[in-house]
Amino acid sequence: MHNSTIAQLAEGLRAGRFSSLELTQAFLQRIERLDPGLNCYVTVTAEQALAEARAADARLAAGNAGPLTGIPISQKDIFCTQGVRTSCGSRMLDSFVAPYDATVVERFKQAGAVMLGKLNMDEFAMGSSNETSFYGPVRNPWDTGCVPGGSSGGSAAAVAARLTPGATGTDTGGSIRQPASFCGITGIKPTYGRVSRWGMIAFASSLDQGGPMARTAEDCALMLQVMAGFDERDSTSVDRPVPDYRAALGGSVEGLRIGLPKEFFGEGLDGEIATVLQQAIDELRKLGATVHEISLPNMGLSVPAYYVVAPAECSSNLARYDGVRFGYRCEAPKDLHDLYCRSRGEGFGAEVKRRILIGTYALSAGYYDAYYLKAQKIRRLISEDFRKAFEQVDVIVGPTAPSVAFKFGEKTADPIAMYLSDIYTIAVNLAGLPGMSVPVGFCGRLPVGMQLIGNYFDEARLLNVAHRYQQVTDWQTRAPEGCA
Amino acid sequence: MSLDSEAVKRIAWLARLSIDDDRVADYARDLSGILDFVEQMNAVDTGSAMPLAHPLDQSQRLRPDEVVESDQRERFQQQAPAVEAGLYLVPKVIE
Repeated sequence: MHNSTIAQLAEGLRAGRFSSLELTQAFLQRIERLDPGLNCYVTVTAEQALAEARAADARLAAGNAGPLTGIPISQKDIFCTQGVRTSCGSRMLDSFVAPYDATVVERFKQAGAVMLGKLNMDEFAMGSSNETSFYGPVRNPWDTGCVPGGSSGGSAAAVAARLTPGATGTDTGGSIRQPASFCGITGIKPTYGRVSRWGMIAFASSLDQGGPMARTAEDCALMLQVMAGFDERDSTSVDRPVPDYRAALGGSVEGLRIGLPKEFFGEGLDGEIATVLQQAIDELRKLGATVHEISLPNMGLSVPAYYVVAPAECSSNLARYDGVRFGYRCEAPKDLHDLYCRSRGEGFGAEVKRRILIGTYALSAGYYDAYYLKAQKIRRLISEDFRKAFEQVDVIVGPTAPSVAFKFGEKTADPIAMYLSDIYTIAVNLAGLPGMSVPVGFCGRLPVGMQLIGNYFDEARLLNVAHRYQQVTDWQTRAPEGCA
Repeated sequence: MSLDSEAVKRIAWLARLSIDDDRVADYARDLSGILDFVEQMNAVDTGSAMPLAHPLDQSQRLRPDEVVESDQRERFQQQAPAVEAGLYLVPKVIE
């Protein structure tokens, strides 16, 4: 069962070939057996999962099941889950039990999905390798000496290792797409505002967006259908109808105009990855797409602008962790300032501290115009570049990451080197566009992802292109050794 | 842009973030590196570009000023490190 996609499992449940309880037990057993070597899960909610599976079986028997009823799903540990610890990968929230469910969690519950547990991640989603987690790094199932990517590394590795059929992720600068690429799975970051951020622990509020991670585009479509939609509790949620993503999967891509930004295929890209990508682009061409060179001239400024905007918003969002109302509190504070400073100093790890400090500096008196305002103006230039590009093409295609998964420790000593692993994904967040990563081959034993970028609210088209590609290729069916 | 140890301590104080003395120099080096990197933004003249705060240029929604939330103080205070009689406890501020 674990090698089946969500779509196949849903069909099996409906046909009565197995029950949700059997399915859930099978995945819980796999987690018990394989996760100690991978560290994908921070918390496994076995008892709750079994209870939810029984309820789903009753719903299936009663004939009022939805497409995800009885399907096991795992949540990135950034989404608040009522009664279950929500750590955000941080010592700060190690003992935090959320008093409410995030909208995304609530929607999966209403759909009858079964939650297997909470997935490991970079601390407060700040990292590109999962090495900043308080709970230790997740290992890449394709090579356990390599990182799974980040920040949704637990999500990507769990899907790749068949420790869950689907997982949620969040993406502020590439945190769904880059780990999806490193672990050989499919993931989509929707348009900013498409999926509610309510109950999703905030990192950089003008960039954060949740989305699905699964093996196939079809599974992502099924999950996004549940996740997407207006939520009045999120002030930046967009009130706009949600299309039928699954229905759009089968559409023809004949005549689709694909744009290849010349800035994405320059010297920074690994040659082997370029070759693999070229083959994938050829497949799209065979399906009837036409390929056009485009330019996104301000792309090179995206990472510098991001490392002003994201830390600035992070320093503001993380001010709430003060050791008073919830979260970690230091021992024996000598006064109120000591309580604030030491609770935060001891509760946060090094990368989170770096970003709080950069953000505090950028927002401090006298520096606002030089940093935050400047970065927001660059954001405008980048989004204008995309606007012009989408006058000429329907979808932009490029690499998801400049390399395949790298070794543990390879980039930890140099923050900038780590930041540059999101060089192809960050601009998409700055512009608020939807972006997707699809597995398109391997370099050695490590997977390569292709990025698809769409116009605002064009998730259905991205899923459609990815699905058509996956119908003529089989990269999404490959399993890491020992996980098949 | 280079930050020295004193600057790091000042920013850390603004952020109410304690940093071990033996790590201050490391932060000074890392933060200076990040600020140097960010300086690349100055390579382009952003002139009259409108700062982009929301990707869809959407403004905040308003709602009628009505009470919609109930009082859940006890529930939320279960998460607090120290409470008494419905109040959050912190070290004494005034002697």
